[in-house]
Amino acid sequence: MSDITARVKAIVVEQLGVEEEKVNEQASFIDDLGADSLDTVELVMRFEEEFGIEIPDDAAEKIQTFGDAVSFIEKAQA
Amino acid sequence: MSTALMAGKRGLIMGVANDKSIAWGIAKACADAGAEIAFSYQGEALKKRVTPLAASIGSDAVYECDVSDAASIDALFAALEERWGKIDFLVHAIGFSDKSELRGRYVDTSPENFRTTMDISVYSFTSVCQRAEKLMTDGGSCLTMTYYGAEKVMPHYNVMGIAKAALEASVRYLAEDLGKQGIRVNAISAGTIKTLAASGIGDFRYIMKWNEYNAPLRRTVTQEEVGNSALYLLSDMGRAVTGEVHHVDAGYHVVGMKAVDAPDIEK
Repeated sequence: MSDITARVKAIVVEQLGVEEEKVNEQASFIDDLGADSLDTVELVMRFEEEFGIEIPDDAAEKIQTFGDAVSFIEKAQA
Repeated sequence: MSTALMAGKRGLIMGVANDKSIAWGIAKACADAGAEIAFSYQGEALKKRVTPLAASIGSDAVYECDVSDAASIDALFAALEERWGKIDFLVHAIGFSDKSELRGRYVDTSPENFRTTMDISVYSFTSVCQRAEKLMTDGGSCLTMTYYGAEKVMPHYNVMGIAKAALEASVRYLAEDLGKQGIRVNAISAGTIKTLAASGIGDFRYIMKWNEYNAPLRRTVTQEEVGNSALYLLSDMGRAVTGEVHHVDAGYHVVGMKAVDAPDIEK
């Protein structure tokens, strides 16, 4: 597991209060991990803070799964 | 901070969304100074967030309130009256506008969103002051939150700027109406802070940077700093202050143009 994956996972586990095993690449924040609409905004804010990046609204809307988040952040940091 | 400043004082704080909220900064400052605090929230998603925060400062007074519904506001104040009999302070940190209209042009604002924005962001303060007046039997202090976009054009702030201008005007009229009973009414015009609500505003990061580079103090402000300024207005320290819009913005509101030393910001 890459450093980014681990850090994203830690944020998701804490924010959504879910078990780490449930956070896989295809896991949808809303459908599988029980995120409400505020959670999705808070997650994006925490990713921005943790990685010092900006996630514009149109990109944030496309981040639906854990895998989406990791790949966006990997690209933003590349 | 003196622990006695708010000792024995009880108040309601409306509009905490999470631990980044300005309203939460105010709650913590008041609680540290000895106040007892009740909270109101709207909807389950916010209840889930407010309840543990309230518990962290020893409060279980957490009530639902939809400020667009008069009966819901009445129920909230009835609950407060039953709990405490009277209150000493009120913090209103509530606003709403359709996010899609907090970018682009103000001129394109729809009539529906204009009305909703004014109702939730402006009238709700008057509406809660009406109820608070009856419970502030020993006088009191009411505080709302505004932004410089009420005074000057800010990118993307749009209809919320018009609403905040009306809110600031209502602070002055409410100050006059309630002053005779020793109830003070003020607003804090806070600098930019990255809150949940701010995440709805377009290009917010750019706006933050601009403020940081151009405010006289060359920085943005924190939730704690706004909390401490609120404490001044809510406590007896601000006993002779009413009808005021107090800028807590690292001085940004006095600036007329970009600072010569401010770097360009990549967008």
